Amino acid sequence: MTTVRTVLTIAALTLREASRRRVLWALAVLTVALLGLSAWGFSRLLAESGVDLTSGQARLVASQLLNLVMFGFSLIAALGTAFLTGPTLSGETESGIALSVLARPIRRSALLLGKWLGLVVFGSGFIVLAGLAQCLVVLWTVDYWPPQPATALALLAAQTTVLLTLGLLLSTVISPMASGVVAVGLFGATWVAGVVGGLGAALGNEGVARVGTVSRVLLPTDGLWRGAMHGFQDAAALADAGPGFDGFPFLSQSALSPAYLAWAAVWVAMIWGLAATSFVRKDL
Amino acid sequence: MVGLLGPNGAGKTTVIKMLLGLVTPDAGEAMLLGRPAREPAARVGVGYLPELFRYQPWLTAAEVLALHVRLAGADVPRPEQRDCLELVGLADRAGDRIGGFSKGMQQRLGLAVALVARPELVVLDEPTSALDPLGRADVRDIVLSLKSRGVAVLLNSHLIGEVERVCDRAVILDHGRVVASGTLAELLGTRELRLRLTDLTPAAEARLTATGTVDRQGDWFTVALPAVEDDTTVPDLVRDLAAAGVRLHAVEPARISLEQRLLGILRAENARAEGKTAENETAEHKSAENGSDR
Repeated sequence: MTTVRTVLTIAALTLREASRRRVLWALAVLTVALLGLSAWGFSRLLAESGVDLTSGQARLVASQLLNLVMFGFSLIAALGTAFLTGPTLSGETESGIALSVLARPIRRSALLLGKWLGLVVFGSGFIVLAGLAQCLVVLWTVDYWPPQPATALALLAAQTTVLLTLGLLLSTVISPMASGVVAVGLFGATWVAGVVGGLGAALGNEGVARVGTVSRVLLPTDGLWRGAMHGFQDAAALADAGPGFDGFPFLSQSALSPAYLAWAAVWVAMIWGLAATSFVRKDL
Repeated sequence: MVGLLGPNGAGKTTVIKMLLGLVTPDAGEAMLLGRPAREPAARVGVGYLPELFRYQPWLTAAEVLALHVRLAGADVPRPEQRDCLELVGLADRAGDRIGGFSKGMQQRLGLAVALVARPELVVLDEPTSALDPLGRADVRDIVLSLKSRGVAVLLNSHLIGEVERVCDRAVILDHGRVVASGTLAELLGTRELRLRLTDLTPAAEARLTATGTVDRQGDWFTVALPAVEDDTTVPDLVRDLAAAGVRLHAVEPARISLEQRLLGILRAENARAEGKTAENETAEHKSAENGSDR
């Protein structure tokens, strides 16, 4: 069997697993709840604020809220994929499902690549659909359309990919549940480190600012998230608002550099390589 | 048909896993169907039923078979896949999700998975551990039908009777080493014939001794026969005894069971190992004494 055929078969199987497990229903319910809540919030916010917001202020508020809700979606995607990644690899190894599959004439790396591809399609598909729906909700309620929605959604998908690749590596060495918990824990810790770093930069404290920089290099989820926020927010409105919003966790001051994007791609390849090395050597 | 026998922890399942590339050997090389076992291509013609296993609980039985046909790179049409489920008695559950299957049903499905991609070699690791007596008989019939189709089978089972009934050859493992192997006739060694005789004449007694070693207990005589079966030894002996005027009350074939033979081999092996350990300890003790003398 060719490696490509194996990869596609396993990717399709992973997608089928995701669609048949309850995680999909949990994601759907959470997404619909978040979309409904944000639609209600956006529609009432400007109507009931009681303050006469200028157009620029209104766009800034819309940007912040859009980023806030998108953070919610990225969190749902992170939880969903992290807790799907663990069972799909280490769970299959523990339960013996992997025994009969790997006794077929297939390479373990092809199985891993198939799982990874299926999870990337699932995670990215979710984030793009939910994110697009959210953008439409914002357009419908407050007439705001983000400047670079495609780039922003692609970066959110990349963030999900980074996290699930980490989850995949963890699931080759620790138990399913532990790998999910560690992956989500690291995701949260990096986000907090990013916020701390942002505050450090706003206050001119280089040492504190470095915390964010280092954490973004070690785990690129927060860096990609900041790039995505930049694509969702109105850059002109933020520039008009001045330095008062520096360090605000739901606004991003600058776009991502190509070098950082390249690093994120190298990081994913590296972690996937480690996961493959660990999985190929594992005795089942 | 090769049976793999040995006590718990002898390494039977590990041998199978090394053959299938699931476990990496510390040393040495494993060959499977003429290719190094670590190459995926070596597993093209192999069907495997693991000892401890589960199949994707969110798939139906038919979907699991289709998945394995695809992974094996085989071209097996749907009706043939359905026939495979029918063979193991799961035809009416083809569309049901495996999550609701009992352990015995999962084992039947595992057998179907092992057989579905038209294998040249089927590796069965404890295929009847979760089955009732009827299920065991079904599996035995399936294994024998594989034999008639020319499919090789490697059977690991702790049920020695099962191995004895279906296998041509057996390999006995202990502590990760082959302690005995061969055809069942070779492993079981001497065949015996038990006779109850009266009015025994010296000539008849000499005739008995000429056939093989004789062990007498009252009227019962146990005669050791050559290991290789032939069509003449027993009938000729009976004819000659009758001609010598001996009254023959009973003539029974007696064969050492595989279980007795297995226990004998393993006990001898353990005694040998213990003897070696004791020898080593004595040697170490002596060298320590010599060292302290100096």
